[in-house]
Amino acid sequence: MKFVRWLADIDRRIIFLVIAVAVVIPLIFPLGMRVKVTPQTESIYKEVENLPPGSNVLVAFDYDPAAAPEVHPMALAFLRHCFTKKHKVIIMALWPQGAQMAVSAMADVGKEYDLVYGRDYVNLGYKPGGDIVIKSLGASFPEVFPADMAGEPTAGLPILAKVRNLKDIDLVMDLSAGDPGIPAWVRVANALYQRRVAGGCTAVSAPQFFPYLQTGQLVGLLGGLKGAAEYETVLAYAGKASRRMDAQSIAHLVIILFIIFANISYFILRRQREEKREGPRTGPVASA
Amino acid sequence: MRREIPMIVAFVAGVIIILEFFVPALRSVAAQIQKWYLVVIAFAILVGAFNLLRINYMKIRRRRADWPYSIPLIAGLFAMAIIGIGWGIEEGTVFDWLFNYLIFPMSSTVFALLAFFVASAAYRAFRARTVDATLLLVAAVVVMLGQVPIGSAWVPPWWPDWLVFLTPDWLKDRIMDIFNTAGQRAILIGASLGVVSTSLRILLGIERSYLGEE
Repeated sequence: MKFVRWLADIDRRIIFLVIAVAVVIPLIFPLGMRVKVTPQTESIYKEVENLPPGSNVLVAFDYDPAAAPEVHPMALAFLRHCFTKKHKVIIMALWPQGAQMAVSAMADVGKEYDLVYGRDYVNLGYKPGGDIVIKSLGASFPEVFPADMAGEPTAGLPILAKVRNLKDIDLVMDLSAGDPGIPAWVRVANALYQRRVAGGCTAVSAPQFFPYLQTGQLVGLLGGLKGAAEYETVLAYAGKASRRMDAQSIAHLVIILFIIFANISYFILRRQREEKREGPRTGPVASA
Repeated sequence: MRREIPMIVAFVAGVIIILEFFVPALRSVAAQIQKWYLVVIAFAILVGAFNLLRINYMKIRRRRADWPYSIPLIAGLFAMAIIGIGWGIEEGTVFDWLFNYLIFPMSSTVFALLAFFVASAAYRAFRARTVDATLLLVAAVVVMLGQVPIGSAWVPPWWPDWLVFLTPDWLKDRIMDIFNTAGQRAILIGASLGVVSTSLRILLGIERSYLGEE
């Protein structure tokens, strides 16, 4: 009973330590578990595959470093896919730190391909305003982004020569960690301008976008690290997400075990309390 | 007038943006209002930065709780602004280096702490006290298992199709596609109706909290 009581009031530092070990060990010694690809990931892959080479893909980096462990690997995988298919990538951000996240992503991905800035990709930087920025892009790209992130005029860039407004964009990929994010792109780029919109987000926010998937307003959805690992799997590429999924697997398992142990101790102690309240059982009482 | 002018601006701008959907002739006016909005919101960022500076400066001056943390905040605000404006923010700049090797790992670390607190909170709060709590608990465990490869790792390749409903993958997909989507859709519709009604209240001057009123 002492053990059950200890289990019920376990020091949270022990929980922290167990979680730390559960995360660190699979990162050092990967288990290489196979990630099953879901239809919502596969549909994004197919969308990029089916676009003719040279298509304009707008990638919105609407996240910050806090969400990077989940969202950044999907940005890397998606950019790799776009550049492999020779699509033109237009990068922008509705989050202040998003543009810098894109710089970091391009530093990683750019060196693997023979890319020319302004011809194969462009980073337009951050623009505050959420929905209104997207709506304004529907009218004119150069008016919203007269200069790129470095402050250079966008007017002479070959990649934007044929992009007047959102209607010239073949696919929008929003990598989002909150607001403004996927709902804004669905509301404006899809509902108003009928653009194909795909999304990538943290695992905790993915469930709220399922109605958009069912209605077809979202082409597909990458949810959390699992979504990123699925995209890497479908690209046959072992990136950061696939390696981290082992750690997430073990961490989930440990949390589930914690929940089970906590409930076992809860029920044992509850039964004990009830028995104390009712008094000791002495067998059936004979009626007088 | 401090109250009436902002209300008139909100009414006129809001009505034009709504009517633009039905009256194509108003599109150019609406586009102009949107341009003004983008300019105003850019200045709002400056106001936000100034407010952050003012609050933290007062915190240091009055030695309020945790005031030492405000010193690196102000130093960081000025350092990043000066370095960014002075030497640029592109790849390979000092700003980029500071972002990649300071802000990036620090922010990610703070967010990663969530895993520890989620585990601790799940241990203490996730109890099957009632039927509702039990349903929530079972759904959470199934989704957590279905969300990671280990959840289906125990399913052998010869597992019969007619028993697929016993695998966490299958159960998770059903929970997410049916129960979750239905609930989320209801929330989405409810929230959207709330947005419409609040917008109308703002346009009609009934809701004035954006003017600083109660």
